[in-house]
Amino acid sequence: METMTLDRPGGDPQGRPMPRQKILPDGVLGMLLFIFTEAMLFAGMISAFVIVKSQAAGQMWPPYGQPRLPAQETAINTAALLLSGIILLFAQYAFKKSETRAVVPFGISIFLGLFFVAFQGVEWAQMLGQGLTMQSSTYGAFFYLIVGTHALHALGALGGMAWACVKLTRGTLTQSAFTTVQLFWYFVVIVWPLLYWKVYL
Amino acid sequence: MAQAATEIHHEAHGHDAHAHHGPQGILKYIWSTDHKMIAMQYLFTGMFMGIVGGFMAYVFRMQLAFPGVSVPLFGVVSPGEYNALVTNHGSIMIFWVAMPVLIAAFGNYLIPLMIGADDMVFPRINRLSFQIFLVSVLMILASLFVSGGGFGGAWTSYPPLSAQSQYNLTSIGATMWLIAVALEFVAFLLGGINFIVTLMNARAPGMKAYDIPVVAWMIVIASILFMLSVGPLIAGAIMLLFDQTIGTGFFDPARGGDPILWQHLFWFFGHPEVYVVLLPAVGIVIDIVATFARKKLFGYKIMIFTAVATGVLSFFVWAHHQFIAGIDPRMANIFTVTTLLISVPIAELLFVMIATLYGGNIKLNTPMLWALSFIAEFLIGGVTGIFLGASGADIYLHDTYFVLAHFHYTFFPIAIIGTFAGFTYWFPKMFGKMMDDRLGKIHFWGTIIPFNMIFIPLFVLGLGGQHRRIYNFQNFPELAAMQPFRVLATVSLIIMLLFQLVFFWNCIKSWRGGAKAGRNPWKANTLEWTTESPPPHGNWPRDAMPRVYRGPYEYSVPGREDDYWPQNLPS
Repeated sequence: METMTLDRPGGDPQGRPMPRQKILPDGVLGMLLFIFTEAMLFAGMISAFVIVKSQAAGQMWPPYGQPRLPAQETAINTAALLLSGIILLFAQYAFKKSETRAVVPFGISIFLGLFFVAFQGVEWAQMLGQGLTMQSSTYGAFFYLIVGTHALHALGALGGMAWACVKLTRGTLTQSAFTTVQLFWYFVVIVWPLLYWKVYL
Repeated sequence: MAQAATEIHHEAHGHDAHAHHGPQGILKYIWSTDHKMIAMQYLFTGMFMGIVGGFMAYVFRMQLAFPGVSVPLFGVVSPGEYNALVTNHGSIMIFWVAMPVLIAAFGNYLIPLMIGADDMVFPRINRLSFQIFLVSVLMILASLFVSGGGFGGAWTSYPPLSAQSQYNLTSIGATMWLIAVALEFVAFLLGGINFIVTLMNARAPGMKAYDIPVVAWMIVIASILFMLSVGPLIAGAIMLLFDQTIGTGFFDPARGGDPILWQHLFWFFGHPEVYVVLLPAVGIVIDIVATFARKKLFGYKIMIFTAVATGVLSFFVWAHHQFIAGIDPRMANIFTVTTLLISVPIAELLFVMIATLYGGNIKLNTPMLWALSFIAEFLIGGVTGIFLGASGADIYLHDTYFVLAHFHYTFFPIAIIGTFAGFTYWFPKMFGKMMDDRLGKIHFWGTIIPFNMIFIPLFVLGLGGQHRRIYNFQNFPELAAMQPFRVLATVSLIIMLLFQLVFFWNCIKSWRGGAKAGRNPWKANTLEWTTESPPPHGNWPRDAMPRVYRGPYEYSVPGREDDYWPQNLPS
């Protein structure tokens, strides 16, 4: 917001070039805008899902002959993902004190994220075994579409976090790069309970 | 120039061990991260696609005026080819001409120059954006030549026609069309993030929010609209792609899906998209009008807030495209109201332009003629839209040539007039030479008069009940009587296309032998006119980056000797 209140003519009295005032670091602002768009992508998918669900034949959901989703097991997985997000917050606090202390919580956060994706993969294999496929019904199609899109985002975010973790151990990670990577993971974590509520429950 | 290009190359490959004597020739253009070079690439790609889209219009207009004739340069048009031509004409003109030229080319060229920055904040993402765009161009062009031909299900791509290959008979073409459109969205997503962050973070010292030239504001507001609206369409595109390729039933009513759902997802993006391309064109026109009326812009803040209001409202009007798609009439009433409401901010935009002209010292050169014609022609487009926005009238007019004439009266001013206005205005800055004003005016009148001759007859045809998607009107006796109108439209189109040769001749002639432009040929205020023409790499010398002291439209200030007052002058 400094830019808005900058006094004219700007710069120091000697007329030396003045650094440009930034609202947020470039990477963080770019990531926020990207998250904004991704939120609209999920909003589009969820509203499509809700519309199709509300028009289901005989108001029967899941449709006849389709298996139910394992809501309880996924609740555990949801907790693991939320825990990962909370531990990442601790990593951020530790990073401010000293960079080396952030390695352990950051590593745990990444591990929990990987656990989440792996758990979803096992669940997919199970559901496919029970006859729920993308072609079997719109129920299955939306399940794999929404959860799969989220899983792709999670993998992308984990890739970014792994990259940041390597830089952290080398001591070359900047605060703004760390924040940028964190923001995407927080997005993945925060959007999941909403998907869980809409798709599983 | 050669040195600048080498520098560009070094930045792109700063980490590369071979950077000191990197590849020469074409590679230095392919890997350039300079915003001006990328803008030029978008501009020329967009213009090339404009020629492709114009050629398609020529072929299907020939078929409509003279059914069954062997069209010169094409041959006899089959019904399938006719559908593919119409579909790809629409898609190309919107996604591969209007978007890359108005947003990407002018945005890339103008935003860093207008805010006094040396480049975009993410130059390499900018480069990536163009390369993805280029892949999408190749994809859409290739889709025209695969077996079965190009996609023919209209640019709106409604399922089940677009989803099932047994209906559209172009399974490869339809999938390639969809992938091309999706890639194009990714390209503009990356570009949009770049524009917004650059405008927010990289402004010259002293440039407050209300010192930014309107065109930079408009491109950024348009980018925000695009990023807000494109998510649901990408979701829909993925679903449609799965319907086409792996046999899901998202849009198949027989299997629990909903075809109307696509229309909602598409038009939730599709209507804001109109304003995404409109706002940059309005910004270009505003800048030109203020410069050549030599007058302070009337209502700068009104203009910005009106653009924001237009953007917000544009998210609540999409269902006016679906009045005959079986939506609830009560919902149709609501969307009628919101649609008619949006004419208020649009009228405001036009009144700001007219009020700026009022009492000005108007100079009628080529860019100003284009800007003034934008006001006149877009007004016709806006006014005829009221008939279509009202659900009662729309039931009769839906999918007739009235709709077609209406949206060409909006998109032609936006995409063609807006582009020519901006191109002729910034040509001296881009190439360092003045354009020939006499040839420019010949091209202007040779475009504007035939344009009206094409589309005014089509309003009449639409009111006469002529449906949009008929291949041969001779098959309908009551429509065949109106054939002279169709011939008039086609002949006018050919005249208009031929006059574009004057434009290309003018470009080449001025570029090679035009008068030197100097830094500020129009005596304009904004920062891009304070550097050399064309600007060097980095735009200004490192130790002389501009600083801003006032707003961009201080023309004819009382008590000043000059009638302009550049933003970077301390007093």
